[in-house]
Amino acid sequence: MVTPADDQKYKIFTRRASLIAGGMLVLSSSLVGRLYYLQVVSRDQYRLLADKNRISLRLLAPERGKILDRHGHGLAVNRTDYRVNIIPEQAEDVEQTLEALNAILPVSERRRKRILRAVKRQRAFLPVMVAENLDWETFARVNINIPELPGIQPDMGITRFYPEQDLLAHIVGYVSSVNESEIGEDPLLELPGFKIGKNGMERILDQKLRGRAGNSKVEVNVMGRVIRELSRKDSIAGDTLNLTIDRDIQKFTADRVRDESAAVVVMDVHNGEILALTSTPAFDPNDFNLGISQKKYDALLNDARKPLINKTVQGEYPPGSTFKMIVALAALEAGVIDKNEKIFCNSRYEIGNTTKYCWKRGGHGYVSMVEAIAGSCDVYFYEIAGRVGIDRIHDMAARFGLGRKFGIDIPGEKDGINPSKGWKLAYRGQRWQGGDTANVGIGQGDVLVTPLQLAVMTSRLVNGGKAVTPKILAPDSGDEAEAGATPAPERIPFDRRNLAIVLQGMDAVINSPKGVAYATRMKEKGLSFAGKTGSAQVRRISKAERDEGVRKNEEKPWIERDHALFVGYGPVENPRYAVSVIVEHGGGGSKKAAPIARDVLKYMFNQERPAESRNAAISAGSDRPGERGGD
Amino acid sequence: MALLQGRRRSKSLLQKLSELNLLIVVVVILIASIGFALLYSVGGGGVDPWAKKQVIRFVIGMAGMVVIALVDLRVWMFLAYPFYFISLALLVVVEIMGHTGMGATRWVNLGFMNLQPSELMKIALVLALARYYHCMAKEDITQYRKLIMPIFLIGAPVALVFLQPDLGTGLLIILGGIAILFCAGVRMWLFVAGLLAMIPTAFGAWNLMKPYQQNRVLTFLNPERDPLGAGYHSIQAKIAVGSGGIYGKGFIQGSQSQLNFLPEKHTDFIFTVLAEEFGLMGGLGLLGLYLILLAYAVIISMSVRSQFGRLLSLGMAVTFFLYMFINIAMNLGMVPVVGVPLPLVSYGGSAMLTLLVGLGFVLCVAIHRDTSISRGGAFA
Repeated sequence: MVTPADDQKYKIFTRRASLIAGGMLVLSSSLVGRLYYLQVVSRDQYRLLADKNRISLRLLAPERGKILDRHGHGLAVNRTDYRVNIIPEQAEDVEQTLEALNAILPVSERRRKRILRAVKRQRAFLPVMVAENLDWETFARVNINIPELPGIQPDMGITRFYPEQDLLAHIVGYVSSVNESEIGEDPLLELPGFKIGKNGMERILDQKLRGRAGNSKVEVNVMGRVIRELSRKDSIAGDTLNLTIDRDIQKFTADRVRDESAAVVVMDVHNGEILALTSTPAFDPNDFNLGISQKKYDALLNDARKPLINKTVQGEYPPGSTFKMIVALAALEAGVIDKNEKIFCNSRYEIGNTTKYCWKRGGHGYVSMVEAIAGSCDVYFYEIAGRVGIDRIHDMAARFGLGRKFGIDIPGEKDGINPSKGWKLAYRGQRWQGGDTANVGIGQGDVLVTPLQLAVMTSRLVNGGKAVTPKILAPDSGDEAEAGATPAPERIPFDRRNLAIVLQGMDAVINSPKGVAYATRMKEKGLSFAGKTGSAQVRRISKAERDEGVRKNEEKPWIERDHALFVGYGPVENPRYAVSVIVEHGGGGSKKAAPIARDVLKYMFNQERPAESRNAAISAGSDRPGERGGD
Repeated sequence: MALLQGRRRSKSLLQKLSELNLLIVVVVILIASIGFALLYSVGGGGVDPWAKKQVIRFVIGMAGMVVIALVDLRVWMFLAYPFYFISLALLVVVEIMGHTGMGATRWVNLGFMNLQPSELMKIALVLALARYYHCMAKEDITQYRKLIMPIFLIGAPVALVFLQPDLGTGLLIILGGIAILFCAGVRMWLFVAGLLAMIPTAFGAWNLMKPYQQNRVLTFLNPERDPLGAGYHSIQAKIAVGSGGIYGKGFIQGSQSQLNFLPEKHTDFIFTVLAEEFGLMGGLGLLGLYLILLAYAVIISMSVRSQFGRLLSLGMAVTFFLYMFINIAMNLGMVPVVGVPLPLVSYGGSAMLTLLVGLGFVLCVAIHRDTSISRGGAFA
């Protein structure tokens, strides 16, 4: 029964339904177009974004390079650090777990609160550290009790450890947490718990020691939870540094000067390798590594003996009489004195309108050069210094390494002062006076040296004039280029006969009955050493005091006493080692400093002697090198 | 004339069953199976928590679809108004005592499932309007007073749905209703004028929207405005789709969906899972299956004897299309995020039921394409 009206309705419907169908087709095509745009045209861009969502790059910290002594003993090593973490999502009740843990490993109330705060703040699957630096016993006890401690996760990390504690604190330095201001290009520094060198070699050779970060690409979900590891590039451990230091000599030296505020440098005179570099008192670098308490730090800072200063390279002292070799050599080279010419010392020396004194009351009488060195006659050196003049003294001192830093791989090295006319005008704005030269003649006045410079000076004197420079990194440590490029030290041009005269004087200081340190000589057969004492005035002695009678050092307060100095070498024939010693406010060089040098040298000689028998012991397996440092 | 007589006589149930378009049934099962696979994938490769439940619902829905298809079309015409008013009543009920979820009141608990009356209304409105215009003389259709009733039929549920407030469903209902008015032959200029009137209406609607809805519109216009907040859905969905490329990352290999970067990945954003894991090919495949269904419904609507059947079939096609288009366009960042599921694929009972019932009506119309129904609605 199709009526015409129905027919018309049908026509309208068909027309309009077609329109709608067309519209649906157009809109569907727009979906296809959009799909094409997203999945084909912009595919790479979105794939990148998806990967950025999905992939998280985790840095893997490299193992820090070790620092070893010349025999491979560990001076700065990496030690396993036992820690205990809690993973909140695995603990049913964090507080209850901590309560249970408390019985095994006491958790202070303050720490407990901090842990609970962290638990609330962090995502539940991230571990929160409960305790670190546990001893093995405690760690083992926690491990055994794990079933009763839901959520507790024993963990092992690696921390820097200085097995020799304060023995090499100034050389090795320490690592500590990264400051905000230090965060730079290396993303490693942003790693939680990462530590960098803050002092000593740890600081200035940090880049070499640090190594290169590895990374682990992990897939994470939207919460940041790691789903799986996609790829891994292992980190590259830092370079091991081999020092020229001999731990045992260092230890002997440090023990020998333990209670003094002193600096001792022991050096191989032929290649400049430093065998011991001791500055006392020192500090324990482990304290800094783990975070030193303010109280402890203040104590170090306020100690008058300045434990934080490395006196061997940072301490600048008047060389006193140890400078006399330089003056003597300058005078001999200039020909202003003959070794046999005698000068009369009556303990007083007039220059301009001032009077200078010799340390020996009553004077030395007539002395030749060797006698003047042996007796450390001041008047003799006032005289020859005046004759040779400051310019030539300055030149000679410079040739022996004074007045300029060597660029050794220890921070804070000082220049010292090797005064000259130009220097005085520039720094003091004053003209050079005759009295200045006289002062420099006995190592007082403006001249300042570091113990390291004194050791280098002594080495150059006794090795036949080779201009060795100090080295603390063994040649096979660090990069090859640097080690290979070291040229043979040049020779200091002077007359060998003049040098022999000076050395004869140094020999007489110790080994001649007239020498000021004759009592210090090595009495053992076959052992010998020589050297020069010195004492450096800390405070000028006033006219009034001199009239009253100079007080003995022992009567003065510690801080006003003279520094005791000594530079020495041994053996006398074919010298191998140079030693410089400064005992701050120690009084006289012959009494305080020379015995230290003698004992150190004697120790070294004794160590060398049984070398053959020690080799036998190694093959027998009784000697285990490295057992102190390794793990 | 035996043929003619045969047409007039009611077909036997078995006859009807044999006339059920198997192609459509297969396409529906295919689409639903894609859904099962995706729910299996986002379940981390497990039938729980979603895939299994979805299969059960689908089987129930399919049974319903076949039953609807076999019942005489005239019965459905007879039931059109009662069905509409029941749906409207349910909408009032949810408004009064419905459960609250996600800041909008949408469900009524029927004991065995949570029913969204607004879904039901999409079907009921099409039925009611189809009946209304079926019974109208050709010359009355263009009369303006005859528009009062359809406007009420559309306006009442839309007002209730907007009150919930459910912007997406409301728009779906309006558009579905308008499509029927359009095809029934209401004067063309009214639609053109309506289109122009949308512009000021849009401003009015803006003021009625809740802040989260306003946010959705704003972040749709510029998702990077709030990449971790309201724009997050849009951006992450686009990343998932785009990174899928032509062939996709593979089943259960989509990083965006498997690692939870995608929000609502089992419901409104399930298309992104498909696009990420099966790429352009997967997306086009599903789109093709949908278009087969739509084409069938449109062709049926044009080859049916009764106006009721025509309008019903086309109305269902439009409703189905709106679901599909709005959902996919939203997944692809073409329209703001509104709560519209992907037909037969998204996890959820109400929409699945609605769409299968709708398809049931299309199949019913197809089986009864030669049944003529008088304007009075009596069984001819």
